[in-house]
Amino acid sequence: MLKFTQDHEWIRLEADGSATVGITQYAQEQLGDVVFVELPALGKEVAKGGDAAVVESVKAASEVYAPASGKVVAVNDKLTSEPALVNSSPMAEGWFFKLDLKDKGELASLMDEAAYGKFCEGLH
Amino acid sequence: MRYLPLTDADRRAMLQAIGVGSLDSLYRDVPEGVRLKAPVELPRHMGELEVEREFEAFASGNLGTASVPSFLGAGAYRHHIPASVDHLIQRGEFLTSYTPYQPEVSQGTLQYLFEFQTQVALITGMEVANASMYDGASASAEAVAMANRLTQRKKAILSGGLHPHYREICVTRGRWGDFETVLAPPDPRGGEELASMIDDKTSCVVVASPSFFGHLRDYSALANACHAKGALLVVAVGEVVSLGLVKPPGEMGADIVAAEGQSIGIPLSFGGPYLGLFAAREKFVRQMPGRLCGETVDAEGRRGWVLTLSTREQHIRREKATSNICTNSSLCALAFTIHLSLLGEAGLTRLAALNHANAVELAERLAAVKGVEVLNKAFFNEVTLKLPKPAAEVVEALAARRILGGVPLSRFYPESPALADLMLVAATEMNTEAEIEALAEALEEVL
Amino acid sequence: MDLSQDRKSRPTLAGGPALPPSISGNRGLQIEEPLIFEQGQEGRTGVDLPEPRRSAERLGAMRRAGKIGLPGLSEPQVVRHYTRLSQKNYGIDSGLYPLGSCTMKHNPRLNEKVARLAGLADLHPLQPVSTVKGALALIDQLAHWLKTLTGMPAVALSPGAGAHGELCGMIAIRAALEARGERARRRVLVPESAHGTNPATGAECGFTIEAIPANARGRVDLAAFKQKLGPDVAALMVTNPNTCGLFEPDMVELAAHLHESGAYFYCDGANFNAIVGRVRPGDLGIDCMHINLHKTFSTPHGGGGPGSGPVVFSAALAPFAPLPWIVHGADGLRLVEHAEAAGAGSKPFGRLKGFHGQMGMFIRALAYMMSHGADGLAQVAADAVLNANYLLARLGDVLTPAFAGPCMHEALFDDRFLKDSGVSTLDFAKAMIDEGFHPMTMYFPLVVHGALLMEPTETESKESLDQFIAVVRGLAERAKQPGSAEAFHGAPYFTPRRRLDETAAARKPVLRWRPPQPASRAAE
Repeated sequence: MLKFTQDHEWIRLEADGSATVGITQYAQEQLGDVVFVELPALGKEVAKGGDAAVVESVKAASEVYAPASGKVVAVNDKLTSEPALVNSSPMAEGWFFKLDLKDKGELASLMDEAAYGKFCEGLH
Repeated sequence: MRYLPLTDADRRAMLQAIGVGSLDSLYRDVPEGVRLKAPVELPRHMGELEVEREFEAFASGNLGTASVPSFLGAGAYRHHIPASVDHLIQRGEFLTSYTPYQPEVSQGTLQYLFEFQTQVALITGMEVANASMYDGASASAEAVAMANRLTQRKKAILSGGLHPHYREICVTRGRWGDFETVLAPPDPRGGEELASMIDDKTSCVVVASPSFFGHLRDYSALANACHAKGALLVVAVGEVVSLGLVKPPGEMGADIVAAEGQSIGIPLSFGGPYLGLFAAREKFVRQMPGRLCGETVDAEGRRGWVLTLSTREQHIRREKATSNICTNSSLCALAFTIHLSLLGEAGLTRLAALNHANAVELAERLAAVKGVEVLNKAFFNEVTLKLPKPAAEVVEALAARRILGGVPLSRFYPESPALADLMLVAATEMNTEAEIEALAEALEEVL
Repeated sequence: MDLSQDRKSRPTLAGGPALPPSISGNRGLQIEEPLIFEQGQEGRTGVDLPEPRRSAERLGAMRRAGKIGLPGLSEPQVVRHYTRLSQKNYGIDSGLYPLGSCTMKHNPRLNEKVARLAGLADLHPLQPVSTVKGALALIDQLAHWLKTLTGMPAVALSPGAGAHGELCGMIAIRAALEARGERARRRVLVPESAHGTNPATGAECGFTIEAIPANARGRVDLAAFKQKLGPDVAALMVTNPNTCGLFEPDMVELAAHLHESGAYFYCDGANFNAIVGRVRPGDLGIDCMHINLHKTFSTPHGGGGPGSGPVVFSAALAPFAPLPWIVHGADGLRLVEHAEAAGAGSKPFGRLKGFHGQMGMFIRALAYMMSHGADGLAQVAADAVLNANYLLARLGDVLTPAFAGPCMHEALFDDRFLKDSGVSTLDFAKAMIDEGFHPMTMYFPLVVHGALLMEPTETESKESLDQFIAVVRGLAERAKQPGSAEAFHGAPYFTPRRRLDETAAARKPVLRWRPPQPASRAAE
């Protein structure tokens, strides 16, 4: 299951039950060249809509919000040395962190891919 | 008026181009009631000659350190400044330029800031340095704030050998910025022991090298004690010339260094503007306050410089910035960089040796004055004297003999009887043998 | 007669074969200059210092062991190096510098001269007060001018720059609230158009920041402000004239609402130049305001400081001002450095800066004020406003003004005029550089899309403004021509460096020079 937020994060339920979070293609285009990513500490509890990570371009710093509540169980350390992965592969290699979700039901309120695509079109 | 190019004819033509009848209509958003109908009650304009006379009158009301023997230190030191320093910093392209936000037309400023950052890192023995801060005192408060961010703790231990102004600023910032400061008592004999005060809530310990009272101590063990508890060691340096001769903070395990750079290239000027130096370990760079200049290439692949890591700063991060600081002390950094370039390795080492030799001579000569005790064993260019009577009186009596003999500790700690008889004296390369003798003789008279 | 010389006195015009790149990499007066670290030689020095008279050492075990690593250069090398670097910079001395919100005005050299006078430049901050009576009188005189010009009863002079002044003002507000026992007031309202220092400062003093929107006219939205005002609001921070270059017409009303609800009014005085000598901010009901001496009072920006940011206070906040300050006593001026000596009724919040503040900047600012006098300063504001409105009027038809009506000291445009051209605000600004001008402020304030903010200041002549106008108009017309975008993307072309790769600089920061690795070790 792949879902999207209005703040341009994506969240994907994995086979092992964890959920991977990243930012969308649209978000990376708007940000421009990503130069730095600040990842949450392992074990940190995040609440839905709360600050979880920071992504920086040369001229902007944006918060990445948790699409759902849970505990951080993995972070993508590769982004520390290669922040450009967020630009080149936002939906795959450029993932940010994995959550052990508190309540999978929280995902129901998020957009699916088609709805998110429409949402982005509306922003132009 | 010599600074205003518009003529009345220009003004009329411009108002016409704008399409308004009078200047007043440009101020139409200002409520009528608050527009001044007549000039404020201050003198009318003056020519250059008259303004110069006013300032010569102010200057003549003072006893300048250049005109008499002076042994004042306590965080500001009189050193010789090579003539070319002041000449070069007054080039209009340096003096009258803005912050280098447009790198294509600011490579001059950016390159000297890069040189400055490198010089500061080298002399402090640290990995990286920023492009400067207001002064050493405010830089130490920024160092504490940075240590708080890095450790996610909120308690700083401030050495009793730290300059009292540096301490006061840290305390002020803590009180109103919601972190705790623990003050060790003033430490005129340089024997304090801070390691036992560190606990798992401590973000950092701030010490000074040399200490405010002139002592040199190796803080390597204290650094280890900090690190063992997850805290950081911040070392403040009030006299940067010492770094030409003395073990630098980086070799003692310091995590952050905050220093006052005034001694290299910047006149005393009654206390400002001065130059905050700020250096740290490279891994902490994203929590550093202030501007940073970094190397890159231009569209043609040529090496050049830009301000970088700006997302730490207020103009982007706003309320989440590492600091509200917007300005550095660029022109002072330029003076520092030019002076240090002139000095080079050999010059800085020699300058530091000269300072130390003069201070050794001063300390030995004054120790021979009846009733005077020198409290320091190891020192650089400044020592604390214990006098047989209140130091403030002695300093006034010396000033009456046209000698600026030292700084009484009561100036900083007026409520502390234990410090009332103590006086700081410093010697630099500016002090001659005859001046040292004059001070010793005058002291013999007034004690 | 020497006939061997080429006596042709007129240059041949281009049109011949393309020139090869120069052998040196230099381009005429643009000279490539390595770092000092790449020029040093052991055994060279730029100073001649005597041998120490004696060698006895009292360093304990604290002697530096290794080398520092500083390069050795002679004086002529150093002078040439920094002269060449200076030639890669643009200053006000070079030309018009229309950076909005920065007030880049002429820096009189008289100010530099008096700051270097013996008896001022060589004063130690800790001399006995009896030996610095002239310095205290000077500082007191500056305080008098600042209080008179702002119509405020007190001033704290020690802050080291504008943002430091903001910190001073906001701490004073927190201290005043605490003295009233109102610790719960923690919300600070800041318009969206504010400088980033405003929210950063509020946060640094433990306040939470809430943005208030601008109305369609670029001013504080009074209704939105009233809605947000409540018993937990500590202060409102407003820049006036604001960062859109507009006077806030509701200042008096904002002040009344704030005071009625028990909150304080912080005014950011960054743009005081537009009203100095014509409006006293104290008459608008504010409680404190910082003044950037390097803007309104022309102390040089120096490539980014040193600045100076005195703060004027209302009677309500004055008791909380930080140390040190000067008081008029029975026996003349007295320097107060400790809370114990501050006198009844004073509750200084502490200390923000070492010693007594930026004396060198005080001297320059006071020399500037005295040169203009009360009459001249009012003319400064008038000419600054006139020059900005002249730009607005003469450029309004080719650019797109962000707001209608006259402006104060700066003219604000948005990027609608570039719509569909493929040229961005950044491209446009970079093209200004090739025309010999410093660019205007770009993308600030944030409330205007693709903002171009131009502040000419009063020290530009009409001729210089006309040249600037001709260039901006020409570039605007060029940008609208199809196919011109690419040329704009490449600008600037004629500078010592073309556009720099800021992404590379931020991804792998190189913040200092390091010696090249010897070949043998590099191979390991």
